[in-house]
Amino acid sequence: MSMTETTPPPPATPPAPPRPEGPLRRFLDSDIFYSWKRSPVTILATVTALTLILIAVLAPWIAPYDPFNPASLNLMDGFTPPASQGPFSDNWFLMGADNQGRDVLSTIMYGSRVSLFVGFMATLFAMTMGVGLGLTAGYNGGMIDAIIMRIADIQLSFPAILIALLIFGVARGLIPANQQESMAIWVLILAIGLSNWAQFARTVRGATMVEREKDYVSAARIMGVHPVLILLRHILPNVLGPVLVIGTIGLALAIIEEATLSFLGVGVPPTQPSLGTLIRIGQQYLFSGEWWILFFPAVTLILLALSVNLLGDWLRDALNPKLR
Amino acid sequence: MLAFIIRRLAQSVLVMLFVALIAFVIFRYVGDPITSMVGVETRLEDQEIMRDRLGLNDPVVVQFARFIGNALQGEFGISYRLQQPVTELILSRLPATLELAVASALIALVFGVVLGVFTALRPKSFLTAGIMAASLVGVSLPTFLIGIGLIYVFAVELGWLPSFGRGEVVDLGWWRTGLLTESGLKSLILPAITLSLFQLTLIMRLVRAEMLEVLRTEYIRFARARGLSQRAINFGHALKNTMVPVITITGLQLGSVIAFAIVTETVFQWPGVGSLFITSVQVVDVPVMAAYLMFIALVFVLINLIVDILYYVVDPRLRVDGGAGN
Amino acid sequence: MTEPLLSVRGLTVEFPTRHGILTAVEDITLDIMPGEVLGMVGESGAGKSMTGNAIIGLIEPPGRIARGEIWLKGRRIDNLPPEEMRAIRGRRIGMIFQDPLTSLNPLFRISDQLVETIRTQLPMSQDAARKRAIQLLDDVGIPDAARRIDDYPHQFSGGMRQRVVIALALCAEPDLVIADEPTTALDVSVQAQIIDVMKQLCAERGAAILLVTHDMGVIAETADRVAVMYAGRIAEIGPVRDVIKNARHPYTEGLMGAIPRLGENLERLQQIPGAMPRLSAIPKGCAFNPRCPKVLDRCRSHRPALSPTEPGRQVACWLYDGVTEA
Repeated sequence: MSMTETTPPPPATPPAPPRPEGPLRRFLDSDIFYSWKRSPVTILATVTALTLILIAVLAPWIAPYDPFNPASLNLMDGFTPPASQGPFSDNWFLMGADNQGRDVLSTIMYGSRVSLFVGFMATLFAMTMGVGLGLTAGYNGGMIDAIIMRIADIQLSFPAILIALLIFGVARGLIPANQQESMAIWVLILAIGLSNWAQFARTVRGATMVEREKDYVSAARIMGVHPVLILLRHILPNVLGPVLVIGTIGLALAIIEEATLSFLGVGVPPTQPSLGTLIRIGQQYLFSGEWWILFFPAVTLILLALSVNLLGDWLRDALNPKLR
Repeated sequence: MLAFIIRRLAQSVLVMLFVALIAFVIFRYVGDPITSMVGVETRLEDQEIMRDRLGLNDPVVVQFARFIGNALQGEFGISYRLQQPVTELILSRLPATLELAVASALIALVFGVVLGVFTALRPKSFLTAGIMAASLVGVSLPTFLIGIGLIYVFAVELGWLPSFGRGEVVDLGWWRTGLLTESGLKSLILPAITLSLFQLTLIMRLVRAEMLEVLRTEYIRFARARGLSQRAINFGHALKNTMVPVITITGLQLGSVIAFAIVTETVFQWPGVGSLFITSVQVVDVPVMAAYLMFIALVFVLINLIVDILYYVVDPRLRVDGGAGN
Repeated sequence: MTEPLLSVRGLTVEFPTRHGILTAVEDITLDIMPGEVLGMVGESGAGKSMTGNAIIGLIEPPGRIARGEIWLKGRRIDNLPPEEMRAIRGRRIGMIFQDPLTSLNPLFRISDQLVETIRTQLPMSQDAARKRAIQLLDDVGIPDAARRIDDYPHQFSGGMRQRVVIALALCAEPDLVIADEPTTALDVSVQAQIIDVMKQLCAERGAAILLVTHDMGVIAETADRVAVMYAGRIAEIGPVRDVIKNARHPYTEGLMGAIPRLGENLERLQQIPGAMPRLSAIPKGCAFNPRCPKVLDRCRSHRPALSPTEPGRQVACWLYDGVTEA
């Protein structure tokens, strides 16, 4: 009664509620967008994450100072507190200056750039590797599956940070000393990526095994469609949802992992400080009262990790209505 | 039961061999053992003699076998940096790490399970919303920041607890413990909390998710339809079903506490195995890295084995061969 | 005329969703006499199971009873506080679930589940409850009950498990048993046995049955009366024999046409064109009107109420226009 819409008798086929057409319309009408709109926390997280990413990308153009240009900084400005003028220059420091007289706000902008770059690249690497191996294992089964999943199991049972540290140590032993600094970022990406692929592989493998048994895949196989084509065209689209969720949460993990490694002093070189490096530097001055050198990078890192994590968490719930 | 344990043991040995292979490759091929030991100044002929004497010219398989033979006897060579036997180094630092790991594992387990059950049973409570929000913030906080934050509040500002080190330790001959002195216990509090928080959040979320899942099952609905009390359903039935998957993952998590200790030990300058490892990575002290890897793998394999056996005890479905069948 | 055991009056169950309120069950009115077997038949989604869940008070939130009353032996039970409703479940109303593979807790022995249920409902010692449990298993036809009672659910076959489920539902000799698709998940070869066991045991104990199923054949063999459900409402209700032989509602006619009967030409097997509407798109007027071969003009605008056509039979259809107008 109250539910019924004034429509003529529908045709004999199952009646579908009329929906507006067009991709944008469809998106705005989708359950995903609906649940996004309904969650103020998620909206806030999206805005925060996008803002931080934008700031990081635009750092060279919008940062007040270039913290790595020796000409623009004065060592005597070191430890200038927040929101004050450097005593020996015209520079004004919103978030204070660090031990070398660098503007903390600018170092954060450049630092987020490094953190995000490493985070994105490492996640992309882990995703490509994990999805590839997961598809291979799930589609082929048998020996290949057993080997890949055993390695994934071993990998998953060790903390990522430990694996990353090992890879880092090995790389440091293998790379000639004069190239270590220029290679450091790539080693870091490799180390973080290699320590996070297994989660992707496991999920994709599970989904692939389910899809593989479905009739349309069997049909394609019987018709002699190349396995790679089957994987890409039929199976991959079905596993994209979970991959997106793991990828988002993985990005937050990668950012934290990078910060931790840099904090431990085995991450990016000091000439290219990331948020973790800044925190490492700041920690030395926390006890003597110069709190801002640590505080602002730490808050930025938390905001970045938290907002990405919240997005991932929401995405998981939105794509998996069962858990709501 | 016996067959099950033997199968698991065999798997464990395979995993250990796999890890040993990685450790061996690192040990053997990262850097040159000879130059690391004697320095580049030694004459090439002398290096070659040493190479021969250490068996570095033998076939790789022989070297690997020797590596494993040595490992079985607890022999991992000499630390490049400290010029001490690696095994001795690790053993001397082990008590600190184990005490820290066990303390934080206990904290994580107790609070994780209690909070997880609570939030699952009271999904609409205000407190649940608060706990869940805090847990999400918790997983987004890097461990080292939590440590620094705790140090700042409780050591620097309030001055209640020490900010670094292990305090006074008592040497029991085979074990140097910090648990017997007041300063030792006080020193343990902050690092243990720091190390436990991440696992605590994970365990809590896992327990909550599993419990919610179990509460939706047909057998719980059937139990309700039979008029069993809410208490009997929640704590008699659902909790046991919840714990089955939780045991596995929690067990593994507790193992990773030891590895996670790397970061906590660095922040609190805790004289454990983790801080030994991190300095070794920084200076590429290969024997220590390889030995640490083997050590962690051993811990994991042992925990895995215990978890498997526990699992077997808890879940009758695994004991298929023992039942009457039909 | 005797007092009905269960009276349902105008029962309406609603689910609030983001697209508005869905009415899963609307305006259900029916009586069940003591010892009677009332069949409830309809396609999936017709609201049969929901009616059963509403009677035993186990509708999953956010679903709720929006209107109507449920009376058991002269006592209103739809608005009881949870603890009092719990006392009725199992004791006065038993329930048998669809899938025996999922309705028993896999981690508990059959004996534990039976004894716990018996002792919740009846004041009995552990030993007495165990004896009763063995007796019950014997009654439902589990061979060697005294030995099998300590087995775990996974050690029984599907049919045997459903017998255990029946034993559990009958533990406290309830007055009414709601059987929700009790044989759907079972092998065809054991379906008849299970129905027999259930019917016989209930008859011995004088318990009435509300048999929810989509299988008209089961109803024909088991039930005294049948209620045909369509899109959340009762289309027709009456003695099984009459409804089968002489269906009044066009939907029932179609339903009967869809069952092959012995000696009939298969070509005459009819199918109702179209499908039952989704709850979110129930058409105005009679919900069946878009599919009805005998549709009238007013079927499209006005809903027919359930009204008597002859003694003991009620139909909701304009073809048998009585006096009422919705």
